[in-house]
Amino acid sequence: MKKLLTLSLVILLIFSLTACQTNTPAPAPAPTEETPAEETPADETPAEEPAPAGEKISVGLVTDTGGIDDKSFNQGTWEGVVRYAEEKGLVLNEDYSFLQSISDADYIPNLSQFADQEVDLIVAAGFLFEKAIQEIATNYPDQKILFIDAVVDAPNVMNAVFAEHEGSFLVGVAAALKAQEAGKNMVGFVGGADFELIQRFEAGFEQGVKMVDPDMEIVIQYASGFDKAEEGQSLATKMFDDGCYVIYHAAGGTGNGVIKEAKDRATEGQDVWVIGVDKDQYEEGFYGDGSKSVILTSMLKAVDEAAYVAAKSVEDGTFQGGIHMFDLKANGVRIPEENPNLTDEWVQKINEFAEKIKNGEIEVDPVPSRVKGN
Amino acid sequence: MDQFSSMFVLALNYATPIIIASLGGLYSERSGIVNIGLEGIMLVGAFVAASFTPLFENQLGTITPWIAIFLAMVAGGIYSLIHAYVSIDLRGNQTVSGTALNMLSVGITVYFCQIIFNQQRTQAFRNGFIKQTVPVLSKIPIVGRLFFTRIYPTFFVALAIALITWFVIAKTRFGLRLRASGEHPSAVDSMGVSVRKMRYTGVLLSGLLSGLAGGIMVLTQSTQFTVFSIHGVGFIAIAALIFGQWHPLGVLGAGFFFGFSQIFSIYSTDFKVLQNVPKEFFNMLPYVLTILAILVFSRKSVGPKAVGQPYDISKR
Repeated sequence: MKKLLTLSLVILLIFSLTACQTNTPAPAPAPTEETPAEETPADETPAEEPAPAGEKISVGLVTDTGGIDDKSFNQGTWEGVVRYAEEKGLVLNEDYSFLQSISDADYIPNLSQFADQEVDLIVAAGFLFEKAIQEIATNYPDQKILFIDAVVDAPNVMNAVFAEHEGSFLVGVAAALKAQEAGKNMVGFVGGADFELIQRFEAGFEQGVKMVDPDMEIVIQYASGFDKAEEGQSLATKMFDDGCYVIYHAAGGTGNGVIKEAKDRATEGQDVWVIGVDKDQYEEGFYGDGSKSVILTSMLKAVDEAAYVAAKSVEDGTFQGGIHMFDLKANGVRIPEENPNLTDEWVQKINEFAEKIKNGEIEVDPVPSRVKGN
Repeated sequence: MDQFSSMFVLALNYATPIIIASLGGLYSERSGIVNIGLEGIMLVGAFVAASFTPLFENQLGTITPWIAIFLAMVAGGIYSLIHAYVSIDLRGNQTVSGTALNMLSVGITVYFCQIIFNQQRTQAFRNGFIKQTVPVLSKIPIVGRLFFTRIYPTFFVALAIALITWFVIAKTRFGLRLRASGEHPSAVDSMGVSVRKMRYTGVLLSGLLSGLAGGIMVLTQSTQFTVFSIHGVGFIAIAALIFGQWHPLGVLGAGFFFGFSQIFSIYSTDFKVLQNVPKEFFNMLPYVLTILAILVFSRKSVGPKAVGQPYDISKR
């Protein structure tokens, strides 16, 4: 009897599991999208040639497992799509929609689903999609694809990459100004891993600091990964002990350890600061009663801007494959709009530097001096 | 001296969750059940602690992290019962069951994060534990600087648990029975002591301690829970258990040692002698030494004899 019960339970479990698997990705979003699939071709045919402005286009976003509310790249990208769609009066789930991937294995099916519906533009963000995008781009050579923050070399893929060194330059300026005010002469940088992408952050930060104060000392440290909070914390402890006043982290979860150490010290009454990365990390720096934050400012990558610009280029018929650099000029990197820990005067100064970078007066080198020296 | 003492404190901080989880593993293995699910249990503990703190810190204030790690402990204990049931009552393969705990924990924690916080991580908490300097004791020369200056109070929790564990395992009747269940369960059974109960207790204790370790880890080292919050420390704890030869004080030493080698990788550039040694060498050191320890002690076979074998009363 007991055995029978166990067996039936197991069978029930298996069935419920398989049922979940087949159901969730496919039919859930499908019914709503069946309609545009039939409609879009009619809309789309003229859009193939340089279309008259105001022509409706359709956009499909595929998220990774994070979903569109991950407070990170997926969400940012989706916001860009929504901004475009609202401007043009597009209808959700008809003209634009998203598919969430439940696991890595869903990337290709989800991308193909949009490609089969012949949406005008498919959007995906993050290097995790690299292989899937490569495959879809080859199988659907006419499909326009926007790939954010990574590169796939195909004529129909527009790769949005960001000028992290330019954004880092600006936060470097902020760090140096803050340190000068406090009479300190040392700031620091923590990278998640020592390779070209993260070195761009280091390079920009270094040049930004030196621009304000050529005598300021910059301590560079790299952790052994992006997920090691305790290593970030230990590095930050050492750096703060050595006299660093502001630390800029480009280290994801490892950076959380840096923020934690700064919060501990701030609670004890020490005066230390951290600069966040990728998104506005102000809220993560709250300590004490939550009225103050250790986050001086953050270096943002405007993935929403990339999605918006790409959708627009499809509409204008100017869409082009290849690498598109979203730099300061293209609004691709910036500091948050609100910086409670920066004075207006500093923000103004930072904006002046931003202008100079935009008009080419200052050129930020993506390679740090440490690497060049070797 | 100053540099050494700040390294020392950092190493203690790093070692705290390793020691606690490792002691948890000790109870389980001494009772005869392999528990490689420590990692997963820690993840559950970390999730519970990091969810409770941001939700209640406004109402509860500075006591929040203590309640949070208590709840993490309870959650870890409950979660470990899955392992106990599968490996004791169902006599399932203990390695497979432990692996299942590890894999399930990743899915289940993120799932609850989605439900509670609408994202794949918890909301960032404001403080968690804060490094503290103990008023009078920190004035003691040397010791004060090493143990009582800018240290997380949770380190003393780890130290206390290690001493209590040593006492329980070596000096009490319960400890003797627990050890015997791991060495020779049929002898325990023949004396009228339930092997099943002893093993359940062992696994439950491992769950409680691992959950506690996970909670402490996230509340001392990070600002929020993510799926990477534990990133292998549970496995390091198992290595520490082997390196410490299943002895509570050995585990304590192994934990310190692992902590130190980690911190050395950060400070190595400050020492002239070590400047040319790559950072990665120190990251690698604990595991190389664990393998060496297994090689050296393999003949003596100090681990519990019956560990990993389901106790089948009919085979007595």
